[in-house]
Amino acid sequence: MDAVMNFGQGLFGGAWPAVWTLVKIVLIVAPMMLGVAYLTYFERKVIGYMQVRIGPNRVGPWGLIQPIADGLKLLLKEIIVPATANKGIFIIAPMLAIAPALAAWAVVPFTDTLVLANIDASLLYIMAITSMGVYGIILSGWASNSKYAFLGAMRSAAQMVSYEISMGFSLICVLMVSNSLNLVDIVNVQDQGRFAGWGLSFLSWNWLPLFPMFLVYLISGVAETNRAPFDVSEGESEIVAGFHVEYSGMAFAVFFLAEYANMILVSALTSIMFLGGWLSPVGFLPDGILWLFAKMSAILFLFLWFRATFPRYRYDQLMRLGWKVFLPICLIWLVVVGVWMMSPLNIWK
Amino acid sequence: MDFQTGVFYFLSAILIFASLRVITARNPVHAALHLILAFFTCGGIWALLQAEFLAIAIILVYVGAVMVLFLFVVMMLDINIDRIRQGFWNYLPLGALLGLLMVMEMGLVLGSKYFQVPAAEAMVPAGVSNTKAIGALMFSDYVYPFELASLILLVGMIAAIVLTYRGPKKSRYTNPNQQVFVKAKDRVRVLQMPVEKD
Repeated sequence: MDAVMNFGQGLFGGAWPAVWTLVKIVLIVAPMMLGVAYLTYFERKVIGYMQVRIGPNRVGPWGLIQPIADGLKLLLKEIIVPATANKGIFIIAPMLAIAPALAAWAVVPFTDTLVLANIDASLLYIMAITSMGVYGIILSGWASNSKYAFLGAMRSAAQMVSYEISMGFSLICVLMVSNSLNLVDIVNVQDQGRFAGWGLSFLSWNWLPLFPMFLVYLISGVAETNRAPFDVSEGESEIVAGFHVEYSGMAFAVFFLAEYANMILVSALTSIMFLGGWLSPVGFLPDGILWLFAKMSAILFLFLWFRATFPRYRYDQLMRLGWKVFLPICLIWLVVVGVWMMSPLNIWK
Repeated sequence: MDFQTGVFYFLSAILIFASLRVITARNPVHAALHLILAFFTCGGIWALLQAEFLAIAIILVYVGAVMVLFLFVVMMLDINIDRIRQGFWNYLPLGALLGLLMVMEMGLVLGSKYFQVPAAEAMVPAGVSNTKAIGALMFSDYVYPFELASLILLVGMIAAIVLTYRGPKKSRYTNPNQQVFVKAKDRVRVLQMPVEKD
C-alpha cells in the first residue's frame, strides 16, 4: 500500500490525493455496475425457477453472458427523442436518476476502515441524496410529453414522497439507539450488548429491538426503489411502462441501472442499519466484508422473491399503507424507543 | 486565491445564475428546476462554511421534499405567459417596495459588524459535531421558540386541510380497511346440493 502511495505521489505530485480519490471511486462504482448487470441475470434466473422455467440459458454457459449481451444491445440502439419532447430535460432526466444512486455510495462503509468518506453526518447525507432520486422519474415523465409517462411520473412522485417519511422515521429510531449519525458508529454500536457478550451478536443487532422499524424500512425500501409490488410508476398493464415509455437505447438502460443500483444501495443500508453490517453473527467467526455481502445478497433475494410472489398494489392501497399504517407504527415505536431508553431497562448504554 | 475561495466563487456564480433564471425563465417548470439548482448550490456554500447540518437539511427538506411537491403542482398547471404578463406594471411598485425592504433587511444583518451591533459569534467546541451542537441548543436555550415554530407549522397544516375539505364524500367508494380483512368465506358460499333423481 505504501509503495502505491509513494509511486502515485511521485507521479502526480500535489494532485495525488484527488487522483487517489478518483481511483477509489472507480473501485466502488465499477464492481457495483457489474453487480447491477448480474443482479438482472440473477433476477431472471430466480423468477424463472420460481415460475418453473429455466430463465436465460442460451448466451454463454448457463446464460452467464446474457447481461453483457443485453448491455451491448442497448448501447448500440438508437436513442429516439420524441418530436414534442422537451429535449434538454429529456436527456438530463436519466442522469438525474442514476447520479444520486451512485453518489450515496460515497459514505457507505464496507468495513470499519473501508469507506470512501467517513463523515459525521453520513446518515443525513444518505437521506438527503436518496431523496433526490425522484427527480429523474418526475422529469422524464414530464419531458416525454406523453400521457402515460406523465401519469407514471405523478404516481411515482407521490409514492416516493410518502414512503420517504416512514423511512426517515425508522432511521430516526436507529439514530436514537446508536446515538450517532455516523454509519460506522451505527454498526459498531450493534456489536455491544448482552447477547454480543455471549457470542451471539446477531441477537444484539438492531433488527431485534427495532423489529417493526426493520420491517417498515425494508418495505419502504422496496417502495422507494419502485419495485414490485409497488411498481405503479411503471405499471406495465395500465400505463404501458410509465415514466420511461418514450425512452430507448442507453437512455432507457440508464433508468434500469439506476433502479438496480438503488436496490443494491437499499440492501446495503438495511444490512448496515439493522443487520450489523460487516459484523459476524456469532462470536467465533471473524468480522469481515464478506458478511456484509452475504447480508446484502439475502436482502436482494427478498426483493426478487417479492416480485415473483405479490401482485401489484392498487394505488389507493399503496397510499393507505404508507400514510395510515406505516406512519402511525413509526410514530408509536418512536415513543416506545424513547421511553425504553429513559427507563431502567435501557439496553443501549 | 486558495482552493476554498475558488470553490466559493464557482458556487456563487452558479447560485446567482440559477436565481436569475428562476425569475426570467418563461417556462415555469424550468424556473422550478433552476430554483432546485439554487437550493442545491446554497447547500454547497453552507457545506463550505462547515455548517454540514444546515447544508444537508436544505437538500433533504427543500430539494428532496418541498420542491418535488412544487414541481408536481407546477407541471399540472396550464400557464399562459401573456396573461401573467398583463398586470406587470400594476404590481411593479408593490414588488419593488418588497424587494427594497428585503435588500435593507439583508444589509442590516450582513452589515451588522459595521453598525456596531454585537452579533454573537457561533462557538462550537472542537470535536462536537455541528448536528449535536444545533440539537443541544434547540432543546435547551431555544426550546420555546422551537416549540412555537412547530406549533405554527401544525396550524398551517390544519389550515391547508380545512381549506381543501369539500364536505363529506357523497359518492360511493370502497373502504380499503374492510377490503384488507375480507376472507374467502365472506364472499363465496359453497352449497351442498343433493343429486336430483327422477
